[in-house]
Amino acid sequence: MDLGQINPLLLLASLMVAATPILLAAIGEAVVEKSGVLNLGVEGMMITGAVVGFAIGVTTGAPSIGFVAAAVAGAALSMLFGVLVLYLKSNQVATGLGLTLFGLGLSALIGKPYEGIKAPTMAKWEIPLLSDIPVLGPIMFRHDPMVYVSLIIVALTWYVLTRTRAGLILRGVGENHNAAHALGYKVIRVRLMAIAFGGACAGMGGAYISLVRVPQWVEGMTAGAGWIALAIVVFASWRPWRVLLGAYLFGGISVLQLNLQAAGVPIPVEILAMSPYIITILVLVVISLRGNHGAPGSLGREFHATH
Amino acid sequence: MIRLEKRPQPSKVWGALTPVLAVVATMIAGGILFWMLGKDPLEAIRTIFWDPLFHETFGPYSRPQLLVKAGPLILIAIGLSLGFRAGIWNIGAEGQYIMGAICGAAVGLAFYPSESILIFPAMVLAGAIGGWAWAMIPGVLKVKFGTNEILVSLMLVYVAENILASVSQGLLKNPDGMGFPGSRNFRDFPAAYNTDLIEGTGMHWGVAAAFIAVILAYILLTRHMLGFQVRLTGEAPRAAKFAGVNPTRLILFCLGTSGALAGLAGLFEVSGPSGQVSIDFNAGYGFTAIIVAFLGRLHPIGILLAGLLMALTYIGGELAQLMLGLPGAAIQMFQGMLMFFLLAMDMLSHYRVRWKAPVAAQEGAK
Repeated sequence: MDLGQINPLLLLASLMVAATPILLAAIGEAVVEKSGVLNLGVEGMMITGAVVGFAIGVTTGAPSIGFVAAAVAGAALSMLFGVLVLYLKSNQVATGLGLTLFGLGLSALIGKPYEGIKAPTMAKWEIPLLSDIPVLGPIMFRHDPMVYVSLIIVALTWYVLTRTRAGLILRGVGENHNAAHALGYKVIRVRLMAIAFGGACAGMGGAYISLVRVPQWVEGMTAGAGWIALAIVVFASWRPWRVLLGAYLFGGISVLQLNLQAAGVPIPVEILAMSPYIITILVLVVISLRGNHGAPGSLGREFHATH
Repeated sequence: MIRLEKRPQPSKVWGALTPVLAVVATMIAGGILFWMLGKDPLEAIRTIFWDPLFHETFGPYSRPQLLVKAGPLILIAIGLSLGFRAGIWNIGAEGQYIMGAICGAAVGLAFYPSESILIFPAMVLAGAIGGWAWAMIPGVLKVKFGTNEILVSLMLVYVAENILASVSQGLLKNPDGMGFPGSRNFRDFPAAYNTDLIEGTGMHWGVAAAFIAVILAYILLTRHMLGFQVRLTGEAPRAAKFAGVNPTRLILFCLGTSGALAGLAGLFEVSGPSGQVSIDFNAGYGFTAIIVAFLGRLHPIGILLAGLLMALTYIGGELAQLMLGLPGAAIQMFQGMLMFFLLAMDMLSHYRVRWKAPVAAQEGAK
């Protein structure tokens, strides 16, 4: 065992990389849930985004095009969920589960020819001046563009949700869909857009795993990241900045766990590997002790306009 | 314009018809998928749904497989359906299945090479307890702290998978296995082996347990107070509250039962068809059983039929892989599609579809 091998600077830097997929998926899902819809298909959309992003990224040689394709694929898949839940009034929990099962199958099918290929590398952005700051520079300002894109998405989500009229309508629809409908807002249209945004974010999050984090396509590679994203939304009480906090805390745990494995700590590998999931459970328990504060009023409820 | 009108009562006719329609729609969509993969759609559908049962050469081999695959699916889905009816979402059956298998197998292996007839019953008991205990974690957390059972039960699947990886390379590893991972094979341990009850039919104890579970669930739901409370909680939660249904008891009952049944399924699988505890003995039955439960409309008899059908797609999928080179994942996707079509068509049993002229046209007609 050699704990000295673990470089805290590198650890903090890789934390941001480890957290980005979950951050993207979680911020998307937070918006979906704010609009009153519970989409349990995050895992399915992530894995589909992972395979589509990887396939397109490898074919074109440009990871950025891969990310765009992944976002489109995630959004397309989420529309399947949207139509089923919003127009055909299917049960949200069951449909979300179905989406995950479907996405896992679809991704395995698409991904077969791409196994064992390495992804094209994504150039890192060294932000001028800022990246030269000692200590902070290497940790925060020498990453690939997607890390910053994810942070910008969080900031924009916060701004739109809390500071704009559109965000107010979205929250209104999520808090009480009957009242919003009575006021003349298009409940279904608003929710459909929120679901598409959630799907696009989840798709990009998945693509980040296959294009940057691993970077390879392996069947079932998201390994529960989508479910952890769902847990983080609860942890964050549906608030964008807390989603960021939750995702980075979680990223920190998973990076630390991997580093401890590499350093040969005398703890069985399996216990280290299961620790992120156990910690997620513990966090959920602590959060639920506090009560379900901040859950949108109409979350998961069926909306049927009679007039 | 199409307008949906909520039915006062879900339609029974459509309720029975939608699973059939969903299967037909999935066959059509699946045919298109297979055609896009460059296979003859009709031949692919025939290979999946017809050949496993009636083909001259493959039939005799795959017919017993039907029960082997359907047994665990039905057993798990019956348990899940109780909770799903009451709005309690145990989606971690895969984890409970693994833990049941590990606990049951551990009890059996501890007594190797004893020949006592008590070993197998003890393993069955341990399997059920293992699955039950694993499901009690989300159960107790939900009851005590109100923690979301969906996320906790799912997280525990990954924990169980890691435990499985650990014991199959450590605690339960075959001491005579030349260092290969995996436990002793139960085929070499007759007192603990879950053999065919009738030679060559695939009918092992797990399949028998599945049939018993179907009957008991049917009695529970139609003739017993607890079954009534399960249905009431799902269909009218407020009425259930006024009627004095104890939610704590119901949550623990539903999660515990589904966990115990999933644990049993795991034990029967590991001591029979799979034969040993290995890192990948679990075949995702815990997740497929969710589709089975919905395809069977959460009704015991429906689940029995749905389990057999889903088992058929597994066997037919393997056959299509062998004969037509169809990718194995295509079947997984096929099963996912089935779930989607089913949920989409469910609308027909809850709503009436009405054609309505736009308001302006109605005004003009007056």
